[in-house]
Amino acid sequence: MSAYTIEVENLTKRFGDFVAVDHISFRVKQGEVYGWLGPNGAGKTTTIRLLLGLFKITEGNARVLGYDPSTETKAMQAHVGYMSQLFTLYNDLTARENIRFYGQAYGLRRDELQQRQAEIIEMAGLQGRENELTANLSGGWKQRLALGCAIVHKPKVIFLDEPTAGVDPISRRDFWSLIYAMANKGVTVLVTTHYMDEAELCQRVGFLSQGRLVALDTPDRLKVTQMRGQVLEISTPDPDRAMRVLKEAQASGRLPFDEVAFYGAQIHAVVPDAEAFKQPITALLENEGISVSSIEWIAPTLEDVFISSVRQPGE
Amino acid sequence: MSDEVTISTRDLVKRFETRRGAVTAVDGVTLQVRRGETYGLIGPDGAGKTTATRVILGLLTRTAGESRILGYDSMRDTYDIRERVGYIAQQFALPGDLTVMENMRFFANVQGVSQEEQRKRIPELLEFAGLSEFTNRLGSQLSGGMKKKLALTCSLVHEPQVVMLDEPTLGVDPVSRREFWNMLGDLRAEKGTTIFVCTPYMDEAERCNWVGLMYQGRLIAHDSSETIKQMVPGRLLEFTPSNFVPAWRMVEGMEGVLEVQTYGAMLHVFVDDPDRWQREIEAALSAQGITCAGMREIEPRMEEAFISLIRKQRGDA
Repeated sequence: MSAYTIEVENLTKRFGDFVAVDHISFRVKQGEVYGWLGPNGAGKTTTIRLLLGLFKITEGNARVLGYDPSTETKAMQAHVGYMSQLFTLYNDLTARENIRFYGQAYGLRRDELQQRQAEIIEMAGLQGRENELTANLSGGWKQRLALGCAIVHKPKVIFLDEPTAGVDPISRRDFWSLIYAMANKGVTVLVTTHYMDEAELCQRVGFLSQGRLVALDTPDRLKVTQMRGQVLEISTPDPDRAMRVLKEAQASGRLPFDEVAFYGAQIHAVVPDAEAFKQPITALLENEGISVSSIEWIAPTLEDVFISSVRQPGE
Repeated sequence: MSDEVTISTRDLVKRFETRRGAVTAVDGVTLQVRRGETYGLIGPDGAGKTTATRVILGLLTRTAGESRILGYDSMRDTYDIRERVGYIAQQFALPGDLTVMENMRFFANVQGVSQEEQRKRIPELLEFAGLSEFTNRLGSQLSGGMKKKLALTCSLVHEPQVVMLDEPTLGVDPVSRREFWNMLGDLRAEKGTTIFVCTPYMDEAERCNWVGLMYQGRLIAHDSSETIKQMVPGRLLEFTPSNFVPAWRMVEGMEGVLEVQTYGAMLHVFVDDPDRWQREIEAALSAQGITCAGMREIEPRMEEAFISLIRKQRGDA
């Protein structure tokens, strides 16, 4: 088997005329935490379902652990885990019964199952709650239980589809520690999210937009290669008037802003060259009697980068 | 922004009776929002944001405490509030079988806006939302982002002084989310509208002038986002240890370390003196054969502050 646990080439899925996944190619290494960032409808869930063998591939090739998901589904699924965004758990079963149910579905032997149950309850921090009804567990517990059920058969690859939607920030952090603990043991993790800030936690990130993979790299490198322009943060005692002046300058073409917008009490302006535009912006505002308390070149967020990479120049 | 308070609550409580007993969804919330301010009520699902908003609007009865909008009592003066406040509920859906223009007219009529006013105001609002080209498109044919923009314009058709938006960017693509927030910024600047937004997204705090952090029914912080970000203990070091769990345990036990948060494969360590502690942590871990990659000081964000405040509240920091 190659060093890549997931290999995808020109993967395409059409539903009638609608292209949900449009010629996507990527490879994921063993033990890598690979993230997919994109809005609802970008094709994240469809791609995962193609790789799980749940949908038929229209065009292109995919290999998961060397298996073809469409023809070797059964053999592949024994080594692959999947946690859907709906945390598919039985609410009228206890935490322990849910783990047992999934263990039996994966055909674990009784002694294996005993051992996995204990391990998962510890991993998910469910000690003392193992006999509580799942319906009564809060979001963070349910999320970790759903992960536990998805890995009851010790998969080598796990697909996590928006696993942190709707849980509190502390549970989100705990969950990411679990993800990295698995990756350190050699499990390959493919995780999707629409939280822009969360994608920073992945080793590599793919931007998905309208079924296409528009960029793929480490978060740090994406910020360098995909960001058109640089962000200036402008502080002034009169941001409302400053904004009017800056928008007029943008409309007349006097200053080539890609974007100029309020961020709380500050203004962010995206310019081709931050250092070169500090002076002309300050001069323009001061000329209008608006003082500038500070104008600083700040690092773009992953959201800035995402927007820049999906927007066409001049849009 | 002025000092005039447009939304205020004092010791606001909302309790629901359920089969499993009483649930206190809003547990003594006191807040003030000033005119022309963008106020973000930020917290995870289940924190009580939606319930608090609905009680303030007079859509749910109050269990205890006070709540007012523009001086009008939420329980008593519901008509005065309805006339002066715009609201987009989280699950709000526009009629899909009406066009953009028909939707606007429908909401204008409901709000009792005169025909003459409608002729003037509706084109302005559509222009503002970038929807002028789509007046004949059916609501059901709009993208998620356009639906949200249309919902916002419909909620503005009676020129409210205050708009309350419950998770308006949920499920919206990043470009539309950015445009939606840019619209809110322009609305605040041009009309002086007070904007109250509930959101689970920590990064949206950056777009607000003032932030309330809500957790388990309580407001655990209420300040400008810059001030909240300074509520973390000390300064923040970030690094990736070669052996995560032992490194985490060790650093947590070190004297002088104020708080440790995990961040994926990284540790976030709060210390009083970053230069000194960078050396000490590296030395202590290296004595155990653990290396630290990429150790550097970073600026805490809203999420780090929120986590720290929640842990303090729970008493487990």
